Amino acid sequence: MGQTPHRSAHAGTGGPSVPSSDGWSAGASARVADIPGTPRPPDHGLGGGDALPRAKAFGAEKAFRGLTMAAGTAVLVIIAAIAVFLISKAVPALRANTENFWTYQGWSPNQTAPKFGIGTLAFGTVLSSALALLMAVPVALGIALYLSHYAPRRLGTALGFLIDLLAAVPSVVFGLWGRDIFVEPVRDFSVWLNTYFGWLPIFGGDGPFGKSILLGALVLAIMVLPIITSLSREVFLQTPTANEEAALALGATRWEMIRTAVLPYGRPGIIAAVMLGLGRALGETIALAMTLGITFGISFNLIQNGGNTIAANIANAFGEANDTGRGALIASGLVLFAITLIVNISARVIIYRRREFTESAA
Amino acid sequence: MTTTVTTHRPRPPARPVTLRARRLPAYAAPAVALGALLAAAGIVYGAGIGGPVLVVVLAALLYLVGLFVAANAVEGRRSARDRTWSALIHSAFVLAVLPLASVVWTLVSKGAERLDGNFFGTSMNNIGARDANGGAYHAIVGTLEQVGIATLITVPLGLLCAIYVVEYGRGRFAFTIRFFVDVMTGIPSIVSGLFVLAFWVLIVSPWFNDGRPSFSGFAAALALSVLMLPTVVRSTEEMLRLVPAPLREGAYALGVPKWKTILRVVLPTALPGIVTGVMLAVARAAGETAPVLLVAGGGAAINVNPFENNQSSLALFVYQQAGDASKYSPARAWTAALTLVALVLVLTIAAKLLARRNRLGR
Amino acid sequence: MAKRIEATNVTAYYGGFKAIENISLTVEPKTVTALIGPSGCGKSTFLRSINRMHEVLPGARVEGSLTIDHQDIYDRDVDVTAVRRMIGMVFQRPNPFPTMSIFENVVAGLRLNGVKRRSILEEAAEKALRSANLWDEVKDRLGKPGAGLSGGQQQRLCIARTIAVEPQVVLMDEPCSALDPISTLAIEDLMFQLKDTFTIIIVTHNMQQAARVSDRTAFFSIEKTGDPGRLIEYDHTQKIFSNPSQKKTEDYITGRFG
Repeated sequence: MGQTPHRSAHAGTGGPSVPSSDGWSAGASARVADIPGTPRPPDHGLGGGDALPRAKAFGAEKAFRGLTMAAGTAVLVIIAAIAVFLISKAVPALRANTENFWTYQGWSPNQTAPKFGIGTLAFGTVLSSALALLMAVPVALGIALYLSHYAPRRLGTALGFLIDLLAAVPSVVFGLWGRDIFVEPVRDFSVWLNTYFGWLPIFGGDGPFGKSILLGALVLAIMVLPIITSLSREVFLQTPTANEEAALALGATRWEMIRTAVLPYGRPGIIAAVMLGLGRALGETIALAMTLGITFGISFNLIQNGGNTIAANIANAFGEANDTGRGALIASGLVLFAITLIVNISARVIIYRRREFTESAA
Repeated sequence: MTTTVTTHRPRPPARPVTLRARRLPAYAAPAVALGALLAAAGIVYGAGIGGPVLVVVLAALLYLVGLFVAANAVEGRRSARDRTWSALIHSAFVLAVLPLASVVWTLVSKGAERLDGNFFGTSMNNIGARDANGGAYHAIVGTLEQVGIATLITVPLGLLCAIYVVEYGRGRFAFTIRFFVDVMTGIPSIVSGLFVLAFWVLIVSPWFNDGRPSFSGFAAALALSVLMLPTVVRSTEEMLRLVPAPLREGAYALGVPKWKTILRVVLPTALPGIVTGVMLAVARAAGETAPVLLVAGGGAAINVNPFENNQSSLALFVYQQAGDASKYSPARAWTAALTLVALVLVLTIAAKLLARRNRLGR
Repeated sequence: MAKRIEATNVTAYYGGFKAIENISLTVEPKTVTALIGPSGCGKSTFLRSINRMHEVLPGARVEGSLTIDHQDIYDRDVDVTAVRRMIGMVFQRPNPFPTMSIFENVVAGLRLNGVKRRSILEEAAEKALRSANLWDEVKDRLGKPGAGLSGGQQQRLCIARTIAVEPQVVLMDEPCSALDPISTLAIEDLMFQLKDTFTIIIVTHNMQQAARVSDRTAFFSIEKTGDPGRLIEYDHTQKIFSNPSQKKTEDYITGRFG
């Protein structure tokens, strides 16, 4: 608890707060280096030449500082450039579009009269991501709790390491697995669902089943699972032991201790982890391009072949796209960029808020 | 004040004086499990609604319910909750292990099929649909070059950016940079690919390619840089902040200017941690498919020049082989996937081990 | 309501390391008992084994017998949570739940026990806060975060949280070591009042504090680092501090040791 404000000031908001090292180095640089006109202490006589080295050091200092600042600015420039270039290439295609970009259900931008709409793709993107999170989050939190508070410590560390490795497995591998292997059990499951729950619209239809939103969402869930697990495990491990012991000393069972001390402490971290997982799921391209049935149309049916997302459509349609086709894909990418930007910024705002809270509280 | 305390006294003990609690006998949990299994089998096969998988799923549900009921009757509600949540958390773990184990198993068993010298020594040039051989040499070359160039671009830029944020930046501007570095981590890879497509391939590359847009490995490297940059900046930033202040103080006290202190003292101290971050970023970039697909174009022949003409990469190779109609392509896809995972995991494990050895302030 | 605690040959381990050996002593109801001794002598370990908090640490275990009014605390059929409800604990550093308000902190233990009625909770919170001499300072900001209080207030909040579940014994593990002298005094005053109701066992490094607040004092010591801690002497505080029967105790009290 004692080190919290220190640590969070460091990892926290940087500039406007008062990270001690920054404040300190500010003072130090003013003291030591290079304010012109400051008389040098006489006992500082290495080489004796006072004015010249100072001026030189000042130049190098300024140059280096400028260099780092330019690099920092580059980040902002890149993000702005992404928006600018995407817009510049998207606008001509959007102008050429003979249908409404927001409402038209279909994607034929390569014809002489280009027709394309983002609606179905955006719908598929949101639906598959939402389903994936719905399935992944409870399991991920369960595993994270298992690793942090149930498993023996060594086992927890080892398995945590394994989870981190799984988070690094490229998405194309998950896509390949989903397409070649996982599709079989999912198809059987879909047929079963259709037989007994076919009266529910989401499980209805006459097939074929398999390469469906369900498969895509399951693969997505399996992919974001390690990410959410890894992040929330870290959050759970950070729960102050003092608080856990306080709960236990009040006579809490292990689960009650988790509910009293661990979950409330980790809540913002969990939300952030979920949001980051959502960002990952929304932008996932290849795994979905390989597992979805690729159709155009808004349908809540989860088990029939079909489904599409913005990113998967870009990967699939890019090969035969002409000029307008590329522009149309870039326009859809712009929408995806905007969606993920919103999700990410909200996640970050939550994280930053939390830091402020722990700072002010501790 | 003492009077307020004495109000405790007349109250009768609120809690039972006994510490003993009735406990479920050790055989209770297995007994409930067995009962659940039998009941589930009876229901499923009796009604003819499914196979062994459904039996297991139903048995698990019945087990949870049965355990809660039994514990609630004998040990009380709090203990019942504790037991049920514990069982749920353990089953979450099992549930997640199954698909992930399947991924690993398939990868190894299917990937081993084409794990031969031919695969690593040849390209896909002149390999027809009926040819069983053909390899990923060109793709490996592509991956190494693209990731290598991306690293060369990202590392200096990322280091300088992190130095600015940690050592120089103050106020709103530095905060904005930090914030957008965080946001940048969430940019989908496909968006970064589209950005480079719009900016480099469609606008810049025609300038020195007779007016025709040209795919290239370098464009892929640019796209990967956009994805790597935030990871590198974040990890470097964290490492720089961990460098103890007295170390800098020592250098300043010797009259070393700030920029030299950073380059000669701070950076070397933080180096192992920075290398870890870079390796993790490289591992992630090596597994990216979508941006390479959009801006490097892919190709069957060996092309060692990253600045001209199409290039492939391992991840893209997996995707393309998976989409290929030849009956030999799945084997190639799986072997390439295995190679890719091996590459990524070696990088990740090395990075994590390095991080574990280097415990700067942790 | 307060209970007698009897320890017989209590030995506690951290994995392979034996932290205390053969501790036997009896704590009388409604008294304050101080455990003193040099660092690493196992007084905290002994304290934590009384409410079975010792076993929370991985690999930690306890041998011997500990009873509270003749019920074995370590009996196989004993519900650990019931033990901890009966024997509350205040820790070295104040540890209010950071995400909870002052009110929520105080009633956390009651909520765990299934108390849901707002009126009962409010009544209990006021009573506990009054008992902890904190009511007047916080009654206008019960909804504010508990972590926003000063260190001494936080520690009294933790005491309020502990006594809100109406335990019979309160264990205090160096409750004042992180506090300034004025807050320390406030807590010591509080102990005087609380011993009318509870049996209190306190671990302290501060011998003046032990002399001021306790009725009996147990002196723990170790031969050398790595050896288990042992109980050297246990007697009325006055006796320990004026006329100890063991040379080691006298050396420690007079500052010639450790």
